[in-house]
Amino acid sequence: MIDHALVEALTQIVGERHVRTAGAERATYAKDGLTVHRRLPAVVVLPGSRDEVIAVVRLLAVHGVPFVPRGAGTGLSGGALADQDAVLLVLTRLNRILKVDPRNRVATVEPGVVNVKLSVAAAPHGLLYAPDPSSQSACTIGGNVAENAGGPHCLKYGVTATHVLALEVVLADGQVIQLGSPGGEAWGPDLVGLFVGSEGNFGVATRITVRLLPVPRAVRTLLADFPALRTAGEAVSAVIASGIVPAALEMMDHSCIQAVEDSVYAAGYPRDAAAVLLVELDGRVDDSVAADAASVEAILKDHGARSVRTAVDARERERLWQGRKKAFGAMGRLSRDLVVQDAVVPRSSLPDVLEAIGRIGERYGLTVSNVFHAGDGNLHPNISFDGRIPGLRARVDAASGEMMAACIVAGGTITGEHGIGLDKLRYMPLIFDGDSLTAMRGVRRVFDPAERVNPGKVVPVHACREWAGVRNAEFQARNAEVGTRSASRGDGVSSSALRVPSSAVGS
Amino acid sequence: MKIVERVKALLGRDAVLEDTGAPDGLPRVAPASPDAVALLLGTAREEGWRVRVEGAGTWMPADAAADLALTTRRLDRVPSIQPQDLAATAEAGIGCDQLRQQLADRGAWLALDPPGLAGRTLGSVVATATAGPLRHGFGAVRDHLVGVTFVTGDGRLVQSGGRVMKNVAGYDLTKLQAGGFGAFGVIVLVHLRLRALPRVDQTLVLEGSREDLSRVADDITAAGLTLAALELFSPALARRDRWVLAVRLAGSAALVGAEEAGLRSATGGQFSALRADEAHAFWMRAAEAFATRPVTFRVGGLPDSSDDLLDLIQHQVGDEWVSASPGAGTLRWTGETTVDRLRRLRRTLAAQEVPLTVERAAWPLRRAVGHFGAYREGVGPLVAGLRHTFDPGNAIAVAVESEDRAG
Ligand SMILES: Cc1cc2nc3c(=O)[nH]c(=O)nc-3n(C[C@H](O)[C@H](O)[C@H](O)COP(=O)(O)OP(=O)(O)OC[C@H]3O[C@@H](n4cnc5c(N)ncnc54)[C@H](O)[C@@H]3O)c2cc1C
Repeated sequence: MIDHALVEALTQIVGERHVRTAGAERATYAKDGLTVHRRLPAVVVLPGSRDEVIAVVRLLAVHGVPFVPRGAGTGLSGGALADQDAVLLVLTRLNRILKVDPRNRVATVEPGVVNVKLSVAAAPHGLLYAPDPSSQSACTIGGNVAENAGGPHCLKYGVTATHVLALEVVLADGQVIQLGSPGGEAWGPDLVGLFVGSEGNFGVATRITVRLLPVPRAVRTLLADFPALRTAGEAVSAVIASGIVPAALEMMDHSCIQAVEDSVYAAGYPRDAAAVLLVELDGRVDDSVAADAASVEAILKDHGARSVRTAVDARERERLWQGRKKAFGAMGRLSRDLVVQDAVVPRSSLPDVLEAIGRIGERYGLTVSNVFHAGDGNLHPNISFDGRIPGLRARVDAASGEMMAACIVAGGTITGEHGIGLDKLRYMPLIFDGDSLTAMRGVRRVFDPAERVNPGKVVPVHACREWAGVRNAEFQARNAEVGTRSASRGDGVSSSALRVPSSAVGS
Repeated sequence: MKIVERVKALLGRDAVLEDTGAPDGLPRVAPASPDAVALLLGTAREEGWRVRVEGAGTWMPADAAADLALTTRRLDRVPSIQPQDLAATAEAGIGCDQLRQQLADRGAWLALDPPGLAGRTLGSVVATATAGPLRHGFGAVRDHLVGVTFVTGDGRLVQSGGRVMKNVAGYDLTKLQAGGFGAFGVIVLVHLRLRALPRVDQTLVLEGSREDLSRVADDITAAGLTLAALELFSPALARRDRWVLAVRLAGSAALVGAEEAGLRSATGGQFSALRADEAHAFWMRAAEAFATRPVTFRVGGLPDSSDDLLDLIQHQVGDEWVSASPGAGTLRWTGETTVDRLRRLRRTLAAQEVPLTVERAAWPLRRAVGHFGAYREGVGPLVAGLRHTFDPGNAIAVAVESEDRAG
């Protein structure tokens, strides 16, 4: 329970200004970027240093109080929300860049550093921090680590996990541990890799060492316009299969283009296009980037692009990207509420899946816009609606569920970068069986035995089941039916539809 | 009932390999499906058998003390290659050479060149996280994985990740398996991220003294070239009279042409190009050498410490068989050494925040020093907890940490 004495003790650690208990103050933190979920935290605490974080976490451990780490609150899965019985630990005051080491191309930061500020700090050395979520001017590196955030340029350079070398973590019991090493080699098992993407369930990251990359000297940005969503999807597949790895390959559909062009971020996208592809190629030498850009342009045209425009200068490039990066904001203006979805499919199934999503939207009478990381097959179908209209929210929910199902059937997954949080808990049993969920929960309990950090997120506890008894009986029954060699080779990887989800098995 | 009879009853008579029994006389079981692996380990848990996990037996000596050996060699199918998606799913027991060939036939490439013999299994590469020189350009083993399916020590089949290119659904257990040395289960299925087979693949080499070549490597790194590999080899590994700095360029003709020109201008044009067959032989021989000496380990520091690490290693264990990736700060050593020397070296390196991982060695040495040695403060209980979660009965015979926790 959070009583007055505990609030007092928190105040002692972080100072009165940084403990928020008034309803209105707490309400500011009741949502994240996905505004359909709302939870009012009991208390909001904003520590100003690593030592204060440790002291707060230790205090909460003594009292057995649950807590939720939070960065900028731009998450899109309801991950940074705390319930009435929990403390919200906001890390935005831990915003120092502790070290930029240009020779080794590494930097160490506190978790509250805003993503883009690291690249700004690295720029004088000709370096950048590659993961660039569209929210990069607001989201924190700590939040990126917890979500394993991606971004347009992660197609070529890899998502957050690729760039995190070492972490300092405060565990639920207040113990401080160091994971990884400055060079990136693990001390034992890769616990840095395990921590990245754990959505705050394994503890609080208080120091983060990341890799920096040289700023590419040559860049080409192309905008291709397509008369049909299907041909745009096919063009994506063709570019990927060609072996050229663009730095970024993003798609926006007709509805998204209208939203952007109607906003202050109008980028000059062709309004009559069914879809546009924004393709960026980069490298060290202009000639080779130009050659790759020419090959990509030819592929796009072969696959039905009506026109391919190349940004002539940095300003035009900036404008083309601005439209893409602010697309969510622009779509947010379409109506009162916006559900941003996130799923990944094999790239070759993009044309079919996009059409399926369109049909689902139509069937439910909903406005669906797509803006997404096409090169990775990472879809973001977004549904704009007015939650005040009776019954509409339920329809949005049902449509979202069907879209997820369509992605799973195509061999995909339910989230590529936004995480499970609260929002996707219900879909987890669709892609993981009881044993896999039990294993995940087991791992979580190694880090946090009482499941006090960010409780109720990621793993749907009710779906964890022990299959031990079932498995042997099932296995023997199956082999008895077959009547031949036990466990002989079949055609598939496993004949157990019960336990191996479709996404585990190649087709 | 004897173990062999029990296993035959469970998995079928042909699951127990008769002719290729292990040198120490252990029954060797080759399950033919992930389900069969799960059943075997579930039974092992119930019976209290200790199980040694083997691939093709070409990398890790097959000598861990156990009641039976489980080899993945019959899990050698490639259920899916999707060149248009640059994705594939392969069973863990497939040989890397076979996989490479099947991928190449479809125009795809797994940009991993692990040390060891060509027939090394994919599962062993993943479990030991042994990336080769291509790590410079294409990342560590984990960067090539989008998911794995594994069987826990008590016989549960667990899936992590999937087969698409991005995935943050649930905790990333794939990262735990990559480099877990089998401590957290037996990998049965691996989902891979591929690249298109490079149109041009060029290797250039430069011979010289270690000091001179290190300076050249620094110049190359500073020039920010896009290289597939930048590797410094000791003379014995390179089979030359002097140290060799090898550069590999892979990609489109435009990219390779531009980077080769960049390399020549950054280094004064001293490199000589190898013919395709020479290049193949050069990289393959160096990779194989790491599987033929008694002990192999890797260390990973910051790029600017590469030279100092080489000095330290030369001083403490000799630098006859060593290769370094100056751009990545990693280094691999092979040769003969003792438990005490390894412990001393590991301690010295630990003081510089440089981990030493024993990649292969005979069981007595593995058991004494552990693949990982002692962990940093607070990490030991986590690893023990993870071990317990994935192998509650301690059925899998593996030496992850140092016996005396001191080294
Ligand atoms: C307009 C818009 C565009 C977006 N575009 C992208 C995109 O392109 N790619 C992408 O990946 N995401 C995108 N997002 C989602 C979001 O920005 C990312 O998930 C981001 O990583 C969240 O960072 P944050 O600081 O806001 O974290 P929060 O939302 O505050 O928290 C997210 C999660 O991280 C945990 N957490 C935060 N800090 C820590 C810490 N120090 N230690 C442990 N756990 C912690 C929280 O408990 C929570 O579970 C977008 C969001 C918006 C609103």
